[in-house]
Amino acid sequence: MMREASTDPKPLVIAGKSYRSRLIIGTGKYKSYEQNARALEASGAEIVTVAVRRVNLTDPSQPKLVDFIDPRRVTYLPNTAGCFTGEDAVRTLRLAREAGGWNLVKLEVLGDKKTLYPDMLETLRAAEMLIDDGFQVMVYCNDDPMMAKRLENLGAAAIMPLASPIGSGLGIQSPINIRLIIEEAKVPVIVDAGIGTASDAAVAMELGCDAVISNTGIAEAKDPVLMASAMKHAVDAGRLAYLAGRMAKKRYADPSSPLAGLI
Amino acid sequence: MSFRVTINGEERRFETAVSIDSLLDELGLEPAKIAVERNLEIVPRSQYRDTNVADGDRLEIVHFIGGG
Repeated sequence: MMREASTDPKPLVIAGKSYRSRLIIGTGKYKSYEQNARALEASGAEIVTVAVRRVNLTDPSQPKLVDFIDPRRVTYLPNTAGCFTGEDAVRTLRLAREAGGWNLVKLEVLGDKKTLYPDMLETLRAAEMLIDDGFQVMVYCNDDPMMAKRLENLGAAAIMPLASPIGSGLGIQSPINIRLIIEEAKVPVIVDAGIGTASDAAVAMELGCDAVISNTGIAEAKDPVLMASAMKHAVDAGRLAYLAGRMAKKRYADPSSPLAGLI
Repeated sequence: MSFRVTINGEERRFETAVSIDSLLDELGLEPAKIAVERNLEIVPRSQYRDTNVADGDRLEIVHFIGGG
């Protein structure tokens, strides 16, 4: 049977599991978990990033993420946000594995509070510890093709370069580097951090990224649910445009109507 | 004899021996939604019933919250 020509023929595959959606959304900064759940619905995402934190002992009745976004239906991707050493990150993800029972995790080891730029030496060290411990590690990293290759060689499940600083909404600042990473990678490349609006997501996908992560771009939109839908369409459109292969750029005009037969 | 345990950075005093299982119950926490670390070692859920907290223990009890 012929596949429908207007759809993406291939699913996103991370660590052996297939996903139809190429958009991953965050669960931070929303007004409420209820709004977050509605944005998730609108986004069509099948994976959400989550943080691991101390439970509130004084008020255990506070709303819980798991009561709004069902981890049996949606893949939880625990992160190490706020970790500045490899040891902190490994400790956090071991707790995440115990709490949830999942091996698929998002590693981020930050080097600086102001830029939240990744510390790549600590990131590589932590990635190695986690992979040795049986984790499937998706790694937030800088947009350096050499670092991406090192992560892949260590056995990372996905390479996740930043488009621009976390939460900045500045879009893709180094499309050339992202493209170089994509060309060399044999594991999924997912742009993580800096996606501010739908066009940023479309650009990432047109470059050939396998997926996009968006948290602040959706959560801090005036209407997060509407933006979640916009991101979904942008990711789909960008993916299809990538598969379609864009026209060559030219320096001058080229008429769309034939010149032959002109009266 | 009473003893002290630090849970998520807060010191708590106990009068009698307490297992992690009953501690979670007392705190109103569902074991299925959390993870427990005792003196930097993860306590597997299967051992909550048989693990007693001891004087000077440092416990961390965590769960998933919203994040990016």
